[in-house]
Amino acid sequence: MKFERYGIGIAKGMTVTIKHLFRPSTVSQYPEQRLNTSRRIRGNELIWSEEKCTGCGTCAKTCPQGAIEIVTSTNLVENKYRVEKYEVDTGYCIQCALCVEACPFQALFLSYQYECATYRRDELIQGKEAMLETPERPVSGYFYPERAARLPKQTLLIEKVVEKR
Amino acid sequence: MAIIDFVINSRVPMQALPPDWPGGFWWHWLFFTVVIIGFVLTMVMGFIYIERRGMGYMQSRLGPNRTGPFGLLQPVADALKVLLKENIVPTTADKLVHWLAPIVAFAPALMIFAVIPFQDKALLADLNIGILYIVAISSVSTVGVFMAGWGSSSKYSLLGAMRNVAAVVSYEIPLVLAVVGVVMIAGSMSLNQIVLAQNIPFILLQPLGCLLFFVAGCAEINRSPFDLMEADSEIVAGFHTEYSGMKFAMFYLVEYAEALAISAIITTLFLGGWRGPLLPPILWFVLKVVIVFFVMVWTRTTLPRVRIDQLMALAWKFLLPLALINLVITAIQVLIWPTALPWIIVPVNFAIMVVLILIWSKFFKLGLGRIEV
Repeated sequence: MKFERYGIGIAKGMTVTIKHLFRPSTVSQYPEQRLNTSRRIRGNELIWSEEKCTGCGTCAKTCPQGAIEIVTSTNLVENKYRVEKYEVDTGYCIQCALCVEACPFQALFLSYQYECATYRRDELIQGKEAMLETPERPVSGYFYPERAARLPKQTLLIEKVVEKR
Repeated sequence: MAIIDFVINSRVPMQALPPDWPGGFWWHWLFFTVVIIGFVLTMVMGFIYIERRGMGYMQSRLGPNRTGPFGLLQPVADALKVLLKENIVPTTADKLVHWLAPIVAFAPALMIFAVIPFQDKALLADLNIGILYIVAISSVSTVGVFMAGWGSSSKYSLLGAMRNVAAVVSYEIPLVLAVVGVVMIAGSMSLNQIVLAQNIPFILLQPLGCLLFFVAGCAEINRSPFDLMEADSEIVAGFHTEYSGMKFAMFYLVEYAEALAISAIITTLFLGGWRGPLLPPILWFVLKVVIVFFVMVWTRTTLPRVRIDQLMALAWKFLLPLALINLVITAIQVLIWPTALPWIIVPVNFAIMVVLILIWSKFFKLGLGRIEV
């Protein structure tokens, strides 16, 4: 005689829900409490190293969206390219990270940032200065495991959910 | 409390005298009309809060907690938002019916409270056919819902309204039959008399009746798991798909006012109404109503939505026969042991309930398999 057929199933379900009522909830209160993202996150910005870049333009060639614009001029004294203009339209960027993987001199990284919303579309265009690595704009560990080791470990749950009063 | 006592004691007994303007009757009418409208609106706000927070916790979330302390002002914010929204009427809609439907749906939900006692004799009209009045009035909401479905001239609205009518027609029968058992024990149809007759709450004498009434009531007011007239995944929002702004707010209000009405009726019929020790009667009443509503929220969170054929089968194959058997058993008990000791009859009734549900679950088949009840 299977008792699941005689309303016991409903009773079981009801006990499950009532247990959840007295259990701390598992959600995080987002703007106040944040979980650490994956160390290999493909963030919404690109980080560029001015020292390592040789201006070869491989990144611009690999970008499937054509979001990277690079203008170089020849520096005949030092016999190398000088990067005049380097711009990424992050509004077009699809975070495929092909540019990061293609860069032959390891000068391009994805950012650890993921909250890059702006009010205007033209604010999404990253210029040369906005692409340099700063403490506020850390580098994601994507494609660079040694960079990933420096980032905080990913958290999946907040230890204690505190409700905003 | 004092003002309620004052109004009750100062008026002339209602059934004894005809309305005598400018005597006590009109003051009584004015006072209780205001009280009922205030009670319904505040309780609906409380219910919305309880439902959203309770469901949130049961689903391991927190629910609304941004507006005011603990999110208490969320219903107010929602009401303000919906009041400021644009009122859109579809071009092909039947304008008059579309406009009238929310009112037709809302008025009966409010009118039910005319006969619900908040305290001894503290009710708008102590009708001697109170429960009959409720049964008659409560179905009128369906007309409003059907008007909404028809007037919107949208296939989703019409489907939702049709399902609602089908459900209400089916579930009205077990609902009324479950009430008859209570009426037989109490020996009166006046809700005030029924409460006075409950020296022990009728849920102990009528456990099966209470269960049937709860299930049928939930189905009648379209609460989950019987909310397939608003099934979001099938028919966008059922009858109020085409409504917006204030008219949508009215339907939202109706939904919760009906839940409040069913909770209040269950409280009055089965849980002893306003009776209880220590606390003032009105507090007992509100407390019991909230508990009944919490059980509704609990079932809503737990159980998945039933199909339309399961809905019909549950009404006609399960609830109706059980309600009839319950009626016969109650009649026999009332005839044979009118003064039976409650401590004998209560366990007997609970045993009868368990046995009946087991047997009927065995009989109750749907297609090739049985469904859980």
